[in-house]
Amino acid sequence: MTGDGTMPNGRIEKVSIIVSKGSLDGIYPALIMANGARAEGIEANLFFTFFGLDAIHKARHEHIKLATVGNPGLHLATWAGGLPGVSSVMTHYMGHKMGQLDIPPIPEFLEMIADTGAGLYACKASVDLFGLTRDDFISQVKDIITVGEFYELAAGGQIIFT
Amino acid sequence: MPVKVYAGSDVTVNDDGFFTDPQQWREEMAPQIAREAGIETLTPEHWQVVKFMRHEYAEKGTGPSVRALSKTSGVTIKELYQLFPKGPAKLAAKIAGIPKPRGCI
Repeated sequence: MTGDGTMPNGRIEKVSIIVSKGSLDGIYPALIMANGARAEGIEANLFFTFFGLDAIHKARHEHIKLATVGNPGLHLATWAGGLPGVSSVMTHYMGHKMGQLDIPPIPEFLEMIADTGAGLYACKASVDLFGLTRDDFISQVKDIITVGEFYELAAGGQIIFT
Repeated sequence: MPVKVYAGSDVTVNDDGFFTDPQQWREEMAPQIAREAGIETLTPEHWQVVKFMRHEYAEKGTGPSVRALSKTSGVTIKELYQLFPKGPAKLAAKIAGIPKPRGCI
């Protein structure tokens, strides 16, 4: 492997994907990329930090919401996005559309990604910041690691921040 | 288009080694394609998946992605990756002589 995480033939061999956001639209792209990497035979690790920790939080990962405020991509007036229930309705709608495309809900998706052999890790600084412990996370999480350990894990591969 | 010889016959493949004409595929070719893809021996479990890929392709005109493959074949995701560590849908499709599945999930 060359220093930039590719093989001499230019192919990517390993990716480390950092998930820093706790919204539906912040989490899904990272999961799709990790799962897609494994399907291509690329080694993949997911590192959950800051609000991204919600994705692997036992009590929260079933309730991940689409961000309806400050999200111009929704083409919805900001004041409307802030009305009670709008985020839930939009999340439900999005979940329905994703289901039609066979994109699994986040809990099932994470289980599936762990089954592909990808590693799931929680960021120690964020875990400490939010006062969480190992027991707050789904069993698929391999470890709570420091940023230094993350870089060791990511060595020789590409790093993607989402 | 590159030409390869499998089980004594010329076949055309694309630059990634996938058959361009699935009709050219025969079962005797599979072990050699598998070896080239890093799988030394095709076990009955491998064959189950490879045959399933052929079947799906014949039915739908395209091979399934990993999730669909697992759901419809009943082989778990974990087992699929044990059988085909370098990508189950991709490798099984290559060994089965069908085009690479294009799903994202």
